[in-house]
Amino acid sequence: MAVGTQEKNASSKPLQELDAAVVRFAGDSGDGMQLAGTQFTDTSAIFGNDVATLPDYPAEIRAPAGTVAGVSGFQINFAAKTIHTPGDEVDALIAMNPAAFKAHISDVRSGGIVVVNDSEFEKVNLRKAGYAEGYNPLDDEKFTTRYKVVRVPITRLNEEALAETGMGSKDIGRCKNMFALGIVFWLYDRPLTVTEDYLNDYFGKVKKKPQIAEANIKALRSGYYFGETAELFPAHWRVPKAQVQSGKYRKITGNEAAAMGLVAAGELSGKQIVYCSYPITPASDILHALATYRNYGVKTFQAEDEIAAVCAAIGASFAGQLGVTGTSGPGVALKTEAIGLAIMTELPMVIVNVQRGGPSTGLPTKTEQSDLFQAVLGRNGDAPLVVIAPQSPADCFDAAIEASRIAMQHMIPVMILSDGYIANGAEPWRIPSADSLERFEIKNAADPDNFEVYGRNEKLARPWAIPGTPGMEHRLGGLEKQHLTGNVSYDPENHQFMTEMRRNKVAKVADSIPPLEPHGEASGDLLLLSWGGTYGSVITAVDRARAKGHKVGAAHLRHLCPMPTNLGDVIKRFKKVLIPELNAGQLRMIIRGKFLVDAKGLNKVQGKPFLIEELDQAIELMLNDQWPADREYLMPSNHKVTVPG
Amino acid sequence: MPTDTDAPVLKAKDYASDQDVRWCPGCGDYAILNQVRKVFAKLQIPTHETVFVSGIGCSSRFPYYMNTYGMHSIHGRAPAVATGVKIANPNLNVWLVTGDGDGLSIGGNHLMHILRRNVNVKILLFNNEIYGLTKGQYSPTSPEGKKTKSTPQGSIDLPLTALSLALSVEASFVARCVDVDKDITRVLERAAAHKGSAFVEIYQDCNVFNHKAFEYATDRNTKEDSIIRLEHGKPLIFGKDRDKGIRLNGARKCEVVNLNDNGVKEDDLLFHDEHDESLAFLLSRMKHPEFPEPMGVFYSISDDCYEDLLEQQVEQEIEKKGRGTLESLLNEGATYDVAS
Repeated sequence: MAVGTQEKNASSKPLQELDAAVVRFAGDSGDGMQLAGTQFTDTSAIFGNDVATLPDYPAEIRAPAGTVAGVSGFQINFAAKTIHTPGDEVDALIAMNPAAFKAHISDVRSGGIVVVNDSEFEKVNLRKAGYAEGYNPLDDEKFTTRYKVVRVPITRLNEEALAETGMGSKDIGRCKNMFALGIVFWLYDRPLTVTEDYLNDYFGKVKKKPQIAEANIKALRSGYYFGETAELFPAHWRVPKAQVQSGKYRKITGNEAAAMGLVAAGELSGKQIVYCSYPITPASDILHALATYRNYGVKTFQAEDEIAAVCAAIGASFAGQLGVTGTSGPGVALKTEAIGLAIMTELPMVIVNVQRGGPSTGLPTKTEQSDLFQAVLGRNGDAPLVVIAPQSPADCFDAAIEASRIAMQHMIPVMILSDGYIANGAEPWRIPSADSLERFEIKNAADPDNFEVYGRNEKLARPWAIPGTPGMEHRLGGLEKQHLTGNVSYDPENHQFMTEMRRNKVAKVADSIPPLEPHGEASGDLLLLSWGGTYGSVITAVDRARAKGHKVGAAHLRHLCPMPTNLGDVIKRFKKVLIPELNAGQLRMIIRGKFLVDAKGLNKVQGKPFLIEELDQAIELMLNDQWPADREYLMPSNHKVTVPG
Repeated sequence: MPTDTDAPVLKAKDYASDQDVRWCPGCGDYAILNQVRKVFAKLQIPTHETVFVSGIGCSSRFPYYMNTYGMHSIHGRAPAVATGVKIANPNLNVWLVTGDGDGLSIGGNHLMHILRRNVNVKILLFNNEIYGLTKGQYSPTSPEGKKTKSTPQGSIDLPLTALSLALSVEASFVARCVDVDKDITRVLERAAAHKGSAFVEIYQDCNVFNHKAFEYATDRNTKEDSIIRLEHGKPLIFGKDRDKGIRLNGARKCEVVNLNDNGVKEDDLLFHDEHDESLAFLLSRMKHPEFPEPMGVFYSISDDCYEDLLEQQVEQEIEKKGRGTLESLLNEGATYDVAS
């Protein structure tokens, strides 16, 4: 509140305008960096910027304090223009300790601002971060000449600011993220009101600890005033509002959007959502969110394991509601057999896979796109299902509705391939009006006289006859079923027929998939073919290439199975095809197999999204005929695209 | 219970589907199937409101032979499927058929959790102490030393006791019966009437791979000396001449006593109490040949069912927040307006 008036007095330092900035908060995993980042994002979104975020945190809840392994980061790109990625380079880094400095400094652009919590750059912490005895990077010219390093004793200043609150030193220490956030709010000329409201609401009302709310607000303001008063910063900056379509907005993460999309699908279809899940990173937030939607008739079931979760979803669908199960790659592996059962019984089901680094337990908190094979192919027998991949956090809302609609209209399991990056990342979402969402009321089979368990409609979907309906008693199961009657059948011709039927049924879904429209050039020298969460970086890179005069287009696949029917035509219109993926080349193999095209891959598996720069380099290599003739794929390493060893 | 007084009276054969039953001739499963159909007819359970769920194994073919809704699911997972059915529609009458391999080995985890959640599902575990469908390997209930195809030198596994397991994971109803014994009717009726997870172990003869495993409990010459029929509130008496009983020896151990010896009176015997968890556990540990094996209802208490509590939460939230609509969904949270 007070800052509105403070702002008027804050004119002693020049205020410069920028069209975008990238800020990264980094600290110990207990330092509250995710909260600081989220608050900066909320403030910027409500202010009217376009935003894109990249939270990055360790798998351990509290990794050893002060170590590089325990560093938690949150990056936000906020802009006065439309942006699609959290940004390649960091303009301002806030490093709460030496480990955070060490882990993130190389991502800061030359000349960028680095605010360090000087209080923590002492012997023990420097040692924990792995620096040599007697060395302090803040005194090293290598850094002080390359960056504008601003040393602020945040821990001490925060303690002094809160000394009179009477709180214990531990509680006071917990407020230092707000002190740091206050500095950054001043640095980028943001109002404090959004965060102050949050602190009052969360600590004051929800947790019933108004004293903690007050202390945090005090720390936040102290940080802000410090930035304003101290002669440490050469200037401060303002990123004006983005020119976006008018309307009602909210900031949304992919997991929030997926949960809301499922609830919306329930409302649009007239079916209850039964979400059955076992907690797993990074998908658990969908379960958490849906558990708060009981007043929409949503039922959530935390099962004893992944297998029970998918089986309960199948049971729920059999009983006539929409069974949904959510998980990540290792969970899908466990659910595999049951997904086959849903395919065999031809029941609707939605499976949400929020992908993470694999194989096995892999990189639980890092993003990857390496479950495409698992989604499309990963079951015993010829067992096709529908696969949809959202392209951004907000798009998870539409993907969840579409998956639910296809599942119920076509009586088939549908897998949503989200990923850790879009699941935890956030962007502004222009909220659609309720009327603009198409209803698709689902009707159960109700005519016992003309009921065939495995009879089919024009979509090749069998009827959804639900227990409780008189005269339609029938048995489903994993054994092969006879065409029409649904009785168990071991007949060779029937198995051939039903296998083809299951394949054709999936293919039929393509009838309702819009044709693929390439972004940028519709034909030309190079097509970037991508899918899922890489959308933002790929189209940004394509726009940059086109600005240089290159004939480049981007075709982004939302539907991985079945694919849009015009994909082959789109591919043919370009001389070369580059498939960038956050895996070792899974879409590339499918595309090469399906279309016999010599597609090249840019394959990054570092637990992080593509940098635009990496895509730029690969595009140049392709266009300039510098791609090594004997290489099917290249990998980025230290921001440089290289030939794999 | 009949829901419509005008509905035709259902007979046992009305519960038979149009599919041929394909168990081996002489299999104990036939007897159980017939008994279930008879009990359903006696209780006039509507076919369209009933769902049979099973996993994999000989017993799990059961749903195909009932003219109800059914799901022959995957190995071990029937409890999870059944739980999903009940969550989606708590009004359905759900029965689960499983075996000692399906329910206690590959699906042991799910059995444990459906019981502790007290999902209102009747669970019939056909225990034949062998793997039949895979042609004769030992199961988690096969006795030590059992020679099978996979244990030619004899099994070195200690078998588990299904009822002890069920009791230890908070089951609200635990019973046992034998495929060809008269008590099966009584036990099935009690299970049908129980609100909550009803766990029934049924000793079942696999006449191909483990014939006569339960002969002691079925042979007319031996059975009354080898089993003890539990009745709530009654003393534990058994034997062809009802001259033997079970008495507590110390606080935690049972012993067999002869009613004619040394002035042992009925009042000295253990009296069955279906609400006594400790007693039920003690009874579940009585094994042939040291003891007669108890048959009937070991334990039965009344408790809330998972699916009802979930439904209540939905209703309470609707009462508290109002029924959510698309409109309210889209406008929740921190929204902000951007003017043109």
